[in-house]
Amino acid sequence: MFRSLVSPFTRTNKKLLASFGSQRFISNAITSIHYQPPLAAERKRVTLIPGDGIGPEICASVMGVFQAASVPVDWDIFEIPQGSAPGQVSQDVIASISRNRVALKGPFHTPLLSNAPSRNLELRKALDLYAHIVPCQNTHPHKYKVRHDDVPIDLVVIRENVQGEYSGLEQTLVPGVVQSLKIVSKESSERIARFAFEYAKIEGRKKVTAIHKANIQKQTDGLFLDVCRSVAREYPNIQFNDMIVDNCCMQLVMRPDQFDVMLTPNLYGNLITNVGAALVGGPGVCPGVSVGHKVAVFEMGSHHVAADIAGQDLANPTGLLLSAGLMLRHIGLDSYANIVEGAVRRVIADGTVSTSDMGGRSSTRQFTQAVID
Amino acid sequence: SNKTSISSLFKTVGVSVSKRYFASSSSQHRVTLIPGEGIGPEISDAVVQVFKAANVPIIWDKVEVNSQTGVSDAVIESVNRNKVGLKGPLGTPIGTGHTSLNLALRKKFNLFANLRPSVSIDGVKTRYDNVDVTVIRENTEGEYSGIENSPVKGVAQSIKVSYFH
Repeated sequence: MFRSLVSPFTRTNKKLLASFGSQRFISNAITSIHYQPPLAAERKRVTLIPGDGIGPEICASVMGVFQAASVPVDWDIFEIPQGSAPGQVSQDVIASISRNRVALKGPFHTPLLSNAPSRNLELRKALDLYAHIVPCQNTHPHKYKVRHDDVPIDLVVIRENVQGEYSGLEQTLVPGVVQSLKIVSKESSERIARFAFEYAKIEGRKKVTAIHKANIQKQTDGLFLDVCRSVAREYPNIQFNDMIVDNCCMQLVMRPDQFDVMLTPNLYGNLITNVGAALVGGPGVCPGVSVGHKVAVFEMGSHHVAADIAGQDLANPTGLLLSAGLMLRHIGLDSYANIVEGAVRRVIADGTVSTSDMGGRSSTRQFTQAVID
Repeated sequence: SNKTSISSLFKTVGVSVSKRYFASSSSQHRVTLIPGEGIGPEISDAVVQVFKAANVPIIWDKVEVNSQTGVSDAVIESVNRNKVGLKGPLGTPIGTGHTSLNLALRKKFNLFANLRPSVSIDGVKTRYDNVDVTVIRENTEGEYSGIENSPVKGVAQSIKVSYFH
């Protein structure tokens, strides 16, 4: 299966791109490879996985907004409770997502300090969701205050999502000594690098920055960096630079406006997407999508479960609503995407109704209602 | 006082600290100085000058650590004798080249705790005021084990090791 995914990228470039819809425009040629423009009455099926914590509430918010806008989407809903053994993400779910090619999902909570396997990881591995994209922008008008509002931030984190530190290969060597294996392969590095550069090209982005710690991890991160550099040579119109992850964190806080597309391995990407989200308003406002070869799973940019506010009608559904907007573009329902995203942006720009993370006191339902109105 | 508490902290982690360090200012103390690379020599020189102007009773044992000399016997002997060092930055080449000299120093002297206080400085305006955070970072193991290999062509692996002490 892996070989078929990695077959010559030159010919699968368009397929790669077709698996992720552009936030702005997709050339018709690319769209038509996977999706025909929908007929007037055609409805789309999307797999919906509410998840834990605030997941069910924000998913309900999306469903409500879609219903109000008469979006022609039907939901295949699956609950995936936390189990204690591997294999929680059942074949039904995988089959549904593979068939529908699109899913919307809430966050999963992976318990600390227990051997319970991560459902996020299982889903990623089963569907080979190798790219995680989180756009972090503060350029849309908003009334909530963020400390970095005085600099324009428009960065996109593209994170390798199945390899690296998240191999899950851990063992106790002898009592008191534990080891974890970080695996990096040329093929995985190449496909995420190509994805990032193709994304940059289609979106008209000017620069890709690879993040690494190749001074210390010379072979693993060194391999990643080498591959990024060689892919960069094939895109001479896109500027490429690299940055060590510790300096990158400092730069994100001090000068975030220098970043455009950030191409990162797994763990660093996890940290950097969280910092990126914090720079522009927190976990509630960033959309995110995990992309596999033919599948796209839309979710919040930072996977915060927020169990402490779950069920209390306090969660901010913006991130998931914007992600749902990206999803609509991806499946060719651009006009509906415009309606949904436009409504969310208008409510945020207006600022009268905003959830507590944006400085207001409205509830999830009130916010959703405002978007609907 | 601050000095007493840090001294007792160092004692509990097994670092023997001579009482002379907190004695009267008439006795001289020897401190290993590693200027480092890049801006290291300049900023180290600034410290030396300021200390001299303030008549600080410190004698510097200046030793070099760089990509040519590595961590030499002279450096090891100096640090072991003085127990205190001041060090400028040391860079590590990316992807190839020698392994980190910072790591070598940490492993050699088992510098397992890295202490980084981040305190807002008067006159340096940043987005957050009144920051007072200290990061204590485990500094000898974990992802920086330096144990890497390539099990098959095109695949590299790095081993993160954690020991329970």
